[in-house]
Amino acid sequence: MIKARGLQRRFTSRGRTVEAVKGVDIDVTEGELVGFLGPNGAGKTTTLRMLTTLLTPTAGEARVAGCDLRADPVGVRRRIGYVAQGGGTGPECKVAEEIELQGRLYGLGKADAIARGKELTEQLDLSGLDQRLTKTLSGGQRRRLDIALGLIHSPKLVFFDEPTTGLDPQSRANLWEHIRTLRSEQGVTLFLTTHYLEEADTLCDRILVIDGGEIVAEGTPDALKARVSGDGVVLGVDEDVTTRAAEIVGRADGAHDLVTTPGEVRFRVPRGDTALPALLRAFDAEGLTMQSMQVQRPTLDDVFLTLTGRSLRDSDGGDTDTADGTAANGTAADDNDGNDSDRNEETTRVA
Amino acid sequence: MLRDIWLIFRRDATLLSRNPAWLAIGVMQPVLYLVLFGPLMERIVTSTPGFPPGSSWTILTPALIIQLALFSATTAGFSLLADLRNGVVERLRVTPASRVALLLGKVLTNGLTTVAQAIIITTLAFLVFDLSAPLGGILLTLLIVGMLSVTLASASYAVALTLRNEEAFPALVNSVMMPVLLLSGILVPITTGLAPDWLYAISRVNPFTHIVDAGRAGFRGDFSVDAMLTGSIVLVVLMSLCVYWGARTFRRENA
Repeated sequence: MIKARGLQRRFTSRGRTVEAVKGVDIDVTEGELVGFLGPNGAGKTTTLRMLTTLLTPTAGEARVAGCDLRADPVGVRRRIGYVAQGGGTGPECKVAEEIELQGRLYGLGKADAIARGKELTEQLDLSGLDQRLTKTLSGGQRRRLDIALGLIHSPKLVFFDEPTTGLDPQSRANLWEHIRTLRSEQGVTLFLTTHYLEEADTLCDRILVIDGGEIVAEGTPDALKARVSGDGVVLGVDEDVTTRAAEIVGRADGAHDLVTTPGEVRFRVPRGDTALPALLRAFDAEGLTMQSMQVQRPTLDDVFLTLTGRSLRDSDGGDTDTADGTAANGTAADDNDGNDSDRNEETTRVA
Repeated sequence: MLRDIWLIFRRDATLLSRNPAWLAIGVMQPVLYLVLFGPLMERIVTSTPGFPPGSSWTILTPALIIQLALFSATTAGFSLLADLRNGVVERLRVTPASRVALLLGKVLTNGLTTVAQAIIITTLAFLVFDLSAPLGGILLTLLIVGMLSVTLASASYAVALTLRNEEAFPALVNSVMMPVLLLSGILVPITTGLAPDWLYAISRVNPFTHIVDAGRAGFRGDFSVDAMLTGSIVLVVLMSLCVYWGARTFRRENA
């Protein structure tokens, strides 16, 4: 569905050249749900804009949905759907008007556009909103309308740019369901960008990790996590026996990256769940007590940390995907910042 | 292509009809000129040598509708900046619709809106004030106004797309349009009899002067080559250039 080779984009503004995307190779096969994960400013949106014909690559080539990106951009446009990060509806337009216009711009007749729109609004729980101005819709509704617009011509390949950014946790979970359904029931190939670890983890078959304009890793979420060497284990002990506890841990099979602070021993081990019983026995034999224990399965953040030496959360301004409302609101503001900086790259170039 | 133009035109026209207040506000300013400035002109025109032929109303009315075209069309870029912000432009650009159609549909809306407003103002000048002008001439001037609106709206969209800045855009438009407006002799015609030589010379270089002259000639019913030719040529050339500029900016990859 997508085959890109050496896709590159350089922006020049006032004599300064920024390499937003430094030559990426992307392969997506039919029916896949692929996530493009990276911090804001990593080049996700720029890559997506190149693949959707909105931005001409500085170098490299790609075939998208069977058409050559450079030779036949109109062919690409006809075959793909694109749901932009900030949406794309006029606030003073009625839902039905936007849907009909979109369908007709893709060449559907008036009746077909309306019929297809009706089908989509039912699928996406937008029934009964036809005559509403889009500015009166809730964030989740508006995002689903954006998706309806992107699907109006039944494309086989759909791009989502940060589909759930700025949505509350319920709307996000709801949207994930819709995205899954698209793939499972209609066989649509999906390519989405995200900087939410949870989203990449639970939604995608395969993840491309991008940082600084380069793809630094790719694979299934599990395969990526397997690259992080083992589980993280945190043991709580009495402060005065920390050193002795660390010695015991140091003798354990495969334990590494040992770090101690008074009362706490942290280390990595290939299988935390099987390592712990043995450790408990060893502690018992030495007459030590373990106050607490904790095993952390590797997360995609660990993957990112291993690959780049930075935490995805850190590079994102403390943005996390915690599932509580206030945090989600906070991230919405952060996301907008990120969005702006993404766009600024292009704006400054023009100016 | 024509279908795409029509679809975009219909979208913009629908949006406009949803907020008719904007149309009324656009008409307000020329009406105020007619009411509060027109009576002054009446005296001045008769007592000052050097004015072009015709009554004060045949001099003022066409100038006011051309000024309306200048104001409303040059600020058309504002709506585009809002569309850019909302992502509407991106969304439309990712459809197979022709890029040129995305522009032409919009400028067509601007052109027809201005003509509609111009008809209201002309009718008012007829009914309330002492305007007398031949219908053919008025239609010709309305055509000029429509074309001028298309021209300037295209340029406005091109500038807005290039600038992409909602603060800088009005500042730029103002600083360009102010001298252009003054030098086109819209309120007081810049004639050899009234203006010093240097001012007259500069005003002749301003393409809009010739368009204003042609618009006035239409209201006088003067269809002579002398009165119409320069203005028509200037307008057609200017319109072609601006529409080309706008279309090119719309087509350019990052627009």
